[in-house]
Amino acid sequence: MADLKPSPASLRPLSPHLQIYKPMLTMMMSIVHRITGAALYFGTLLLAWWLLAAASGPTAYGKFQWAMESLVGQLVLFGYTWALIHHMLGGIRHLIWDTGRGFGPVEREWLALANLIGSIGLTLLLWIVGLLVTGGAS
Amino acid sequence: MSKQRSMRTPLARVRYLGSAKSGTKHFWHQRVSAVALIPLTIAFVLIVAGLIGRNHAATAQILGSPFVSIVMMLFVISSTYHMWLGMQVIIEDYIHSESKLTWLILNTFFCFTIALCCIYAILKLSFGV
Repeated sequence: MADLKPSPASLRPLSPHLQIYKPMLTMMMSIVHRITGAALYFGTLLLAWWLLAAASGPTAYGKFQWAMESLVGQLVLFGYTWALIHHMLGGIRHLIWDTGRGFGPVEREWLALANLIGSIGLTLLLWIVGLLVTGGAS
Repeated sequence: MSKQRSMRTPLARVRYLGSAKSGTKHFWHQRVSAVALIPLTIAFVLIVAGLIGRNHAATAQILGSPFVSIVMMLFVISSTYHMWLGMQVIIEDYIHSESKLTWLILNTFFCFTIALCCIYAILKLSFGV
């Protein structure tokens, strides 16, 4: 394929792609599911850092805590929380679809909306409870 | 039944599980790891929430306790396997040049390295060496 020279025929659009379709909720949620999955993939670097720092000792753990308590660290952790919950709820949605249920015009919109509202709501709830318990100094 | 367009029998087609040679294994393993990750992710979030604000000594002690260690290791194994399969699909969807193989290998290296780092750290915390 890569060796073929582009001829006028091969430059023609082969099939309609993303730019042809009107953005829809289920379509955007599908894209976001993949993006959150990819973000969580690289987010495991933070998980490994956290566990290795804890296993290394107080100095290494202090550095990790300092980074996570900074403004950037808190934003990353907030995004991580949302991505994790969103991808998990999205996964449940896909598992429901795998059984053949929830494909109707009403159900699929409802599932997508519940996924989005659920992930934002649960993330905010977790952080509000977390900040209340620790008095803001996480 | 449908007209047979090939000299090969239907048995010969399924015997080596299609062009990918693995049949539905990838799809199925992604689903099984996804199901495993639902309770494990909830447990992971609760463990992390319970550790917020604690100092190193308390965190190390809790992470090293048997129940927490085992749940954390199950979470690490399931998620690194799940993300290994997931990133493979992303690479196969978007990269069509010869560098695809390189990216697939890097994906494997990354996932195994992350998994080993996490498991090593949890075991070290558990056995307190």
